[in-house]
Amino acid sequence: MSLDIYKEIILDHYKHPRNFGHLPREGTVAQVNNPLCGDDITMELEITNNKVVDIRFHGQGCAIAIASASLLTEFAKNQKLTTLTTMNKDSMLELLSVELSPNRLKCALVSLEALQKAIKTHGLHT
Amino acid sequence: MSLATELRKDFPILSNYPDMVYFDSTATSLKPRVVIDAISHYYTHLGANIHRGIYDLSEAATEAFEETRAVVADFINANVNEVLFTRGTTESINLLIHTIGEQLVQEGDEVATTLMEHHANFVPWQQLALRKKAAFKVVTVDENADLDMSSLKAPLQKKTKLFACTYVSNVSGIVNPIADIIKTVRAINPHTIIVIDAAQAVPHISIDVAAIDCDFLAFSAHKMCGPTGVGVLYGKKSHLQTMQPFMFGGDMIAQVAIEQSTFQEPPYRFEAGTPHISGIIAFKESIKYLNNITYKAIKKHEEMLMQVLISELRKQCGASLKIIGQHSVNPRVALAAMYAEGSHPHDLADILNADHICVRAGHHCAMPLHKHFNIPASTRASLYFYNTEDEVQRFAAAFSKALRMFI
Repeated sequence: MSLDIYKEIILDHYKHPRNFGHLPREGTVAQVNNPLCGDDITMELEITNNKVVDIRFHGQGCAIAIASASLLTEFAKNQKLTTLTTMNKDSMLELLSVELSPNRLKCALVSLEALQKAIKTHGLHT
Repeated sequence: MSLATELRKDFPILSNYPDMVYFDSTATSLKPRVVIDAISHYYTHLGANIHRGIYDLSEAATEAFEETRAVVADFINANVNEVLFTRGTTESINLLIHTIGEQLVQEGDEVATTLMEHHANFVPWQQLALRKKAAFKVVTVDENADLDMSSLKAPLQKKTKLFACTYVSNVSGIVNPIADIIKTVRAINPHTIIVIDAAQAVPHISIDVAAIDCDFLAFSAHKMCGPTGVGVLYGKKSHLQTMQPFMFGGDMIAQVAIEQSTFQEPPYRFEAGTPHISGIIAFKESIKYLNNITYKAIKKHEEMLMQVLISELRKQCGASLKIIGQHSVNPRVALAAMYAEGSHPHDLADILNADHICVRAGHHCAMPLHKHFNIPASTRASLYFYNTEDEVQRFAAAFSKALRMFI
């Protein structure tokens, strides 16, 4: 890999993650961790009419994991659940606008997995 | 001229990647040409399976194979029939849980290890204890990452059947005072079986199993310039003779009838199936190679590298960089596992990779130790005799630059 992946946007989202913390009201929560590298992301979603109306995340991880989660929360706000459940690794790479080695790709996908897990949990309850 | 300058010529991979800084020798060392040639020589000039082949090539292969056993025995000061070949340290230790562990440990007994272990010398004993409903005791470490000798006595009791301990930590590089530890354990219970993981010791320290008085000792060839897929288990003859085999087939068999089978004497009883013949034959070349350099010269060179590494890191990275075990009261081998709040080891290793610098990032198969110090992962630079002062300078500059991207 090259230094290209540590572009300003990624370092910025790593150092100043957006939507970091907890929702003001209790939402649908899902946690995913990657024990191999210690990435650990929890997503909190407020869902109304099959739309994500508010979102927060917290946890710890490498720059790629944290920046991915931050960018994903920005994207997910006001999106339909169906848009979010069809997202895959390509959509994450597009959000990050970088290429990642297979090992680092896992870091980028932890947050998406957490988001989709939360949506699945919500779906089961409606 | 430093030791490394001349010796680097012996490593073809270093010529193939002249820009590479290889600081991951704790994971596996690079291999000198003599070892690579010996592997190739087996396939081009011997080729046959060992034992019981009534023809010249098989006899020559058997002789070359058994010669390594003699060289290994000499290398660790053991008897030749106390040396078992396995696929690596992990298999050596797993062999023990299925043989002496299975026979010895019963419900209500105790099995003990330490917080400093690689998972390969931790999980097998934990699993054995769980299966046998025995207590699993763990000797802790102090704030310097040294084994807490005062806590050693508490978990070790008369009913402690087995104690497993590493010689050198693969995270801190700390060299445990192993002979003293063994003496302490023997004083509490002379019958406790003592297993030493020497995987990280053999590359840097000359081993004498008679002097340290362990019951078993395990190590791998690939960390000491030998081939991958070759391991050694040393066991005291008196123990090996009471142990039942756990893998059956091939050379470990003496006689087979429909009702019953009998097995070879140790060490052959524990070597089922066709082994890694070329690797085991080539392994003796790595031992001869290291003996020829001498451990004294290796130690001297590594101490010089470590001094430069630590002082450059201090100078360039400042106090926010922590090195696990830096304040140890024991000697350390040439490695440093580091962490700094605000930076993640995977990012740092990725950035170093762009400068062709190979380091390891993660928990290095030592999750209990990382958890104890409350860090998810560390960046480990591990050096060997073929590394140079220039490489250390390059690493320190690149590492501090990477760190500054985050903190």
